[in-house]
Amino acid sequence: MKYAFYPGCVSRGACPELYSATIEVCRILDIELNEEALKGASCTGAGVLQEKNLRLGDTLNARTFAMAEKSGNPLMTICSTCQGVMSQANERLLADPEYLASINEDLKEEGLEYKGTADPKHLLWVIVEDLGIDFLESKIVNKLNGLKLAPFYGCYIVRPTKALGFAENSGRKQALEMVIESVGAEVVDFPGKTLCCGFPILTINPENSVNMVANHTIDAKDRGADAMVTPCPLCHLNLDGYQPNAASARKREIDLPIIHLPQLLGLALGISPEKMRLNKHIVSTKKLLSELVISP
Amino acid sequence: MEVKFNVRRYDPESTDAVDHFQEYLVDMDDSSTVLDGLIRIREEVDGTLSLRCSCRSAICGSCAVRVNGEAGLACNTKIIDVLSLDGKTVTIEPAGNLPVIKDLVVDFQPFWEKIKSVDPWLQPEGEEPEAEYLAPDEDMLHLAGVVSCILCGACVSDCTVMEVDSNFLGPAALAKSYRFVGDPRDDSSQQRFKTLNGYGGVWDCTRCMKCVEVCPKGVAPMDRIMALREQVMESGYKNTNGARHANEFTNSIKHSGWLDEKKLVIKSFGIFNIKAMIGLIPLAIRSQRAGKVPPIFHKNIPGVENVRRIFEKVETKK
Repeated sequence: MKYAFYPGCVSRGACPELYSATIEVCRILDIELNEEALKGASCTGAGVLQEKNLRLGDTLNARTFAMAEKSGNPLMTICSTCQGVMSQANERLLADPEYLASINEDLKEEGLEYKGTADPKHLLWVIVEDLGIDFLESKIVNKLNGLKLAPFYGCYIVRPTKALGFAENSGRKQALEMVIESVGAEVVDFPGKTLCCGFPILTINPENSVNMVANHTIDAKDRGADAMVTPCPLCHLNLDGYQPNAASARKREIDLPIIHLPQLLGLALGISPEKMRLNKHIVSTKKLLSELVISP
Repeated sequence: MEVKFNVRRYDPESTDAVDHFQEYLVDMDDSSTVLDGLIRIREEVDGTLSLRCSCRSAICGSCAVRVNGEAGLACNTKIIDVLSLDGKTVTIEPAGNLPVIKDLVVDFQPFWEKIKSVDPWLQPEGEEPEAEYLAPDEDMLHLAGVVSCILCGACVSDCTVMEVDSNFLGPAALAKSYRFVGDPRDDSSQQRFKTLNGYGGVWDCTRCMKCVEVCPKGVAPMDRIMALREQVMESGYKNTNGARHANEFTNSIKHSGWLDEKKLVIKSFGIFNIKAMIGLIPLAIRSQRAGKVPPIFHKNIPGVENVRRIFEKVETKK
């Protein structure tokens, strides 16, 4: 299947490993990425632009949706935050035809019009809903038996459930656990999996932010997790990048690698860790990879 | 149907005052609510179970508890909708982020303190009118959601910031503040903004949307907090990390179409904030070493002029 690919700012910025892993994984999963369609698309606003001007955020997202519509391909993202912001914008645009018409007025000059057919989908949902877990399992060459993984969703891919279509797509609530199990790993369930990683207040209240990192990583670790897996690069940045701060704040070792969803898939699909830059994390994945029992 | 209630118990007066889960098997109807179940347990199975409730109609706000880990009113939650995967079990715990007095009863004192601290009353200036202070209906419409708050504490229970910081005013108090800031008859907004801009105020919210999701009355506290941020900035409070963060984020999209992560971090803390800049050095070194750094030169997206034009058009509309 072909998708209009929306990589998001972070996979082109501080998380280049997410971008490389996605490209590799999509090739094996027969997901064709149309990278040209959304080359000129802007940032979603991440909820921050929306604090200052909601209409501005909706206009920029309508522009991205119109570009995807024009390409004829459904829109795919690899960031929980992009997913949530887009879903919320789409909900507002589709709820009020007058609002949509007035937003379209501002897109006219560029020759764009959002007709209302975009259905932005995270790679996680594409796998579970469009490809299917059976298809994923048919492509797996390395079952990650023995690996214990704590899921960490990122707020914007689990709330608000209405804008995210949880009622119509019941699999979304457990999608990450389904993927973890399908690659042969074991799910380490913990209450923090749908809570906040602290990233949005990283520069506003660093102490609270680091406390959130500490609570989640320590809880997952103490429940036996070997690593944490997330579909959100912002969660990755905080849980990985600030884990050393969390460890020193709590005066203990944490040492919990934070793996991007495509990196996990890639390990099961036989892609080399180096290609997915798994050696390029703040919390080293070396021990994890050396202990990984890979059985075909 | 037979329902297994897994209830968190705590009795400070018992000899072994540790909290623990207790199971109760109760026969319930398909139409029963969680509160029906808890009352049946208390009245027919175990009279020592403490819970708080009154109206049973989602009006009084007394019976907020955590059902399967998420806050909600016991009286408007149907058991059949919350049964766990085994089709039989419901887990009930007291509301979070407030001290437990006994079993499902929590101490609301810290909740009321925060509500009080935002001066939850109208503060008009000028001459008193002969009768009521009147406001046009259309000016009050945007408050319809927020005045629906029944002060049940569900949002506070599940607030992810209050979990790590008891100083945070929290979703209930901030939504209450919005109710008065947004009231055309109130004249104390500047004073209110000062509190809201301070430590523990609007900028400490993480935008996790937990409060929006669990609120049983559609108050959407986080949306009110975002609206307050906009007003706080517009009223002149621009020199906080939060305001700088929002401004720099917006500027970055306006000028390049996407986020310049390096610049955002530096500008949010403030480049002359020496302590914060020094604090960033270890992270910068770690990231550099791992190759996890944005490109040195932040390039514009193709067709950025279209994004800039949208900014100009929409910003002038405001």
